[in-house]
Amino acid sequence: MASAQDQLPTPGTSNTIVPEKVREGVDLEINGRSYRHTGDDQMPLLWYLRDVLRLTGTKYSGEHGEGGYDLVLVDGKLASATTLPVAKLAGKAVTTVEGLAASDGKLHPLQQAFVDEDAIGCGYCTPGWLMASLDLLNRHPQPSDNDIDQLPNLCRCGCQTRVRRAIKRAAKGAHA
Amino acid sequence: MSHPHDTTTMALSRRRFLKVLAGTAGALIVGIPFADAADAPVPAALLGDTLYGLGAYVRIDADGNVLIGIRDPDTGTGTSTSLARIIADELDADWTLVSVVSLGLGVEDDNGKPRWTYGHQTSGLGDSVPAAWADLREAGALARWLLMQAAARRLGVPADRLRCEEGSVIAPDGRRFGYGSLAEAAAKIAPPANPVPTKAPEHYTLIGQPAGDIDARAIVTGQTAYALDTYMAEALVAVLSHCPWSDGSVDSLDTTETLAVKGVVKVVQLKPEAGIPLGQTVRSPAVAVLAENTWAALQGRAKLKLQWKAGAQSESSAWFEQQAADVVNDKDAQPAARVRNDGDVDAVAKKSKNRLEATYVQPWLAHATPEPMNCLAKIDKDGATLVVPTQAPQQAWKVVQRLTGLAPAQIQISVPRVGGGYGRRLDHDFVAEAVMLAKAVEKPVKLMWTRDEDLTQDFYRSGSVHKFSATLDGKRQIVTWNQRMASASALAQRGLGDNRLWTSEVDAHQLPAGLVPNLRSDWYSLPSAMLRGPSRGMPHVSNAFAVESFIDEIAHSLKEDPLVTRLRLIGEPRMIPLGDGRTLDTGRLANVLKLVADRIEWKNWLRTVNGLGMACWHVNGAYVAHAIETSLQGDKLNIERVVCAVDVGRVINPMGLEGQVAGATLDALSTALNLSLSYKDSQIQQHNWKDYPLASMAQLPDTTEVIIVPGDGDPAGASFLGMPSAAPALANAVFRVSAVRVRRLPLLKEMLRML
Repeated sequence: MASAQDQLPTPGTSNTIVPEKVREGVDLEINGRSYRHTGDDQMPLLWYLRDVLRLTGTKYSGEHGEGGYDLVLVDGKLASATTLPVAKLAGKAVTTVEGLAASDGKLHPLQQAFVDEDAIGCGYCTPGWLMASLDLLNRHPQPSDNDIDQLPNLCRCGCQTRVRRAIKRAAKGAHA
Repeated sequence: MSHPHDTTTMALSRRRFLKVLAGTAGALIVGIPFADAADAPVPAALLGDTLYGLGAYVRIDADGNVLIGIRDPDTGTGTSTSLARIIADELDADWTLVSVVSLGLGVEDDNGKPRWTYGHQTSGLGDSVPAAWADLREAGALARWLLMQAAARRLGVPADRLRCEEGSVIAPDGRRFGYGSLAEAAAKIAPPANPVPTKAPEHYTLIGQPAGDIDARAIVTGQTAYALDTYMAEALVAVLSHCPWSDGSVDSLDTTETLAVKGVVKVVQLKPEAGIPLGQTVRSPAVAVLAENTWAALQGRAKLKLQWKAGAQSESSAWFEQQAADVVNDKDAQPAARVRNDGDVDAVAKKSKNRLEATYVQPWLAHATPEPMNCLAKIDKDGATLVVPTQAPQQAWKVVQRLTGLAPAQIQISVPRVGGGYGRRLDHDFVAEAVMLAKAVEKPVKLMWTRDEDLTQDFYRSGSVHKFSATLDGKRQIVTWNQRMASASALAQRGLGDNRLWTSEVDAHQLPAGLVPNLRSDWYSLPSAMLRGPSRGMPHVSNAFAVESFIDEIAHSLKEDPLVTRLRLIGEPRMIPLGDGRTLDTGRLANVLKLVADRIEWKNWLRTVNGLGMACWHVNGAYVAHAIETSLQGDKLNIERVVCAVDVGRVINPMGLEGQVAGATLDALSTALNLSLSYKDSQIQQHNWKDYPLASMAQLPDTTEVIIVPGDGDPAGASFLGMPSAAPALANAVFRVSAVRVRRLPLLKEMLRML
């Protein structure tokens, strides 16, 4: 197969240089990998992640992200994937729940703490709790109960007290 | 509450179905082959490498890995883990090598009728573990027996000189043979004619030991695929706009702008089928927008020019509550059911001077499942493949079969882990929609309800009014108890006989039945056109709140520590027959109360500036009590401590049970604190979680302390056991701290009104 180098005009044989076409789309980084979205750039990140990339760990929550199942980190800040069009993510780095574990499969300490404390009900809201808890620990490495109270997530199975234990366990582990 | 079962399900003869099969690459499989010809040896090559088509419960691979098929949907109640551990314990498996797979629906063709291959397949009624205990253990025991026989033949020693431990057979000389190395030989051994005995309890290694959710790692890494996370090539995404009135209709519809949205393919109208019971067909008229992706479908829906014509009903929740209050206060009103009538309430009450009355009001509620209703359906002329988040796959099958006319085994339903059920997914209106749409567009359809549809198109729990009148004798004993409850039955619109409608609303055996010599429980049926359905913990949650609040009021009227009042009411340890084969073990009931009292230091009940409250309940042979400590800062209520004790007989997985009980406790507190629905003109007024706010982290207690009573009776289900006594314990604690007696839920609104 011919390389791009082979196709370049030989100097002196042609005076027309064809400029490279501007490539349409939004470049963004998700979990350390580069992606380009060439569809409707008003598509919310949630549906880009789910329908296009099939990264389904980020869940549908509600039309306004109420419930917090759709939380991701954008350049390290907590954000609702439901209300964020891909157009606003050009050049930004998104972290989803799929991006928390190390590449060798070793769980992030917070994920491990959720497993150890069994901080899971039906599990549908768990990715959202993980992202919000990670954001909390980034801002408050040793969070108080009052800090934990500020988490926006909702859960009907009642995993809240176990999530609280998991966050404290992860904070303690990081401190030790 | 009860749910219609097929008699074929209940009559499953498990011995007849268990088979031993050789899988590919030397695997041993104990399970249930679909084919009727299974008595003949099944060629290994035909078995494939997955469990799906096979219906096996246990598969042991040559590398020692154990795969266990789970028949009951896991809606977060931990059934995957519990059922797997019941089987794995009998097998003496190495738990670190065990993984599970959801079996999906097991159905085969029995001369055109369905035969449910796996027996019990319903979750959320609190009977998954009891049912599994009765039949699934044998699959593990048989696999273990076969492996031991294989080892005995290899070693030339009698099997009774061998033992098993953590995935190995151990020879008399101490040599260990991993199950994987024995699987191929074991698969060729004929199973014994008689059932293999299951283990004696002293040999349990996994049952009774704590284990986290077996799916935990997949969940925290975002790898668990729920039904909504399942995609299919060519499938169109469908989002719907439902008519606010179930009996309404389309007045006008213009789809021009919708169809102009890039990616939108088609707009299809749906209607409920006449004469089909609720929950088995479309719930309300709907307009579905089908598109290549969800975003396009959502945009298309937003651009519909759609006007609905109102239905005949124009009901309001205020009117409903007034009807309920009127009927319980009308001495001449005839109850729809006399649920219980012990002794002679009227004669004894007439003689008593010490009388107490109170009325409790509870709101309409929604299910609010985290994962909204959704369904993936592919329908062809010779088969249907569906992915359904359901609690009852056999009921889903009925809907698909009716709408497609396919033969029983042509319908495949897989059930991935479910994002919450709470009774909503015993109904399959959304499955009917997906099937109708897939037929209409002749393509697979991936249907998803948005949150507003999910809240406004639910099958609701009826509001209720509970009026009590009790009399006490000179020894402070409750001698009469007269209960009048009014609600709209969850079963009323479902073709069940009128004489059974009360069963979803009140339990004939609920407290204080058996403890009060003269006790009457009447249920009044209210008319309502609002659609209703099964709800988590029904009918215990609403009744426990009313009954256990009223007992606290009785204690207060006696100027007495409620623990003293309660223990006197419960009396000496004894077994009280309640009728219908049900028994109240007063020793176990008193025990859970004493346990929570000790833990929360109830002796400080009078002294503490915080408020302490307690309540207890019993459900199907399981016992539960809560003690809660609250404080009040201005008008801000804090739940300082929550202690719960449960006695479920034998505990399969204490960690799972603790999580389930703690979770149900928080669910009950969240609901009692905040939640209520209202409706006007027959339309639900709450559209999202801002209007129907599950409790925030800050509102809930920091910890939930769960005490598990060890037991050796057959395990009772625990899926909602943590709910009934939580809300009354909270209300009773609120009374101690604020002097406000909350007789109306939601609690916070009522407390703030009365403070």
